[in-house]
Amino acid sequence: MKLQVNGEPREVRDGITVVELLRELGIERERVAVEVNTAVVRRARHGEHCLSEGDKVEIVSFAGGG
Amino acid sequence: MQDTPLVIAGRSFRSRLIVGTGKYSSFEVMKRCHEASGAEIVTVAVRRLDLSAKGEASLLHWIGKQLLLLPNTAGCYTADDALRTCHLAEELGMSKWVKLEVLGDEKTLYPDVEETVKAAKVLVKEGFTVLPYTSDDPITAKKLQDAGCAAVMPLAAPIGSGLGVRNPHNLRLIRELLKVPMIVDAGVGTASDAAVAMELGSDALLMNTAIACAQEPERMASAMRKAVEAGREAFLAGRIPRKAYASASSPLQGLIE
Repeated sequence: MKLQVNGEPREVRDGITVVELLRELGIERERVAVEVNTAVVRRARHGEHCLSEGDKVEIVSFAGGG
Repeated sequence: MQDTPLVIAGRSFRSRLIVGTGKYSSFEVMKRCHEASGAEIVTVAVRRLDLSAKGEASLLHWIGKQLLLLPNTAGCYTADDALRTCHLAEELGMSKWVKLEVLGDEKTLYPDVEETVKAAKVLVKEGFTVLPYTSDDPITAKKLQDAGCAAVMPLAAPIGSGLGVRNPHNLRLIRELLKVPMIVDAGVGTASDAAVAMELGSDALLMNTAIACAQEPERMASAMRKAVEAGREAFLAGRIPRKAYASASSPLQGLIE
């Protein structure tokens, strides 16, 4: 199925969880926050939250700012 | 000399200078500037992770553990976007302190105060400690306080402009109107600007560009620390009134003839 991850299209296997997506992307979960279709998915729920076709996923971290 | 601490939402701070983490030439320079500034609060932005840059050094690694992180909503142009950013920041930082910033125009980066007030009301209801960036309009400042914001942060001048305090009269009015701290945020260019803002009664000052983009950032961070302290102390001391003509400092009696 297709997802939008940080604005880029990405092909993943059906029903992939947030934990699995982050692992596939090589991202440490502790460093990031994840939003799916404009709602935050809490870290505690990364393992159980299954993504669906067309989901818009945002993976963010802190960056320099004023 | 003794001063009362800066208290925001029941939390005390000795430093009245809040600094940013953006625009530095390197994380090393940023860390040295943070130390030289004496700041206890630093702002950070929330941005998409660069998925192609794996294992890149983390910003947080370079921020002292004792510092309070104040995530901002910089770059948001609607209340809804700002709320989303705050929810992500909470998830990232495990804290509910946010610098609310809802912009209205890309050229001036002036705040959209209507959207800012709207977002502030929701965030306060959700239990966030909200420090909103706003214009130097006293009425908006009052509305933000009434919405339950922990402090109000009017600009001295447009973000990154270095123009210094453009409307000292308004800042003084805002200080008089508010019960919560007034933190002048954005627009200072050099130490004298910082001192002016503090002399007007600002409870604290937030800056980024003036330090990060100075020719010697670490030295400017140190200068800003002193300027904030000096300006604050001068405010507490109470300046003399301005007079049109001279008033001799030495006695007029006992002059030799």
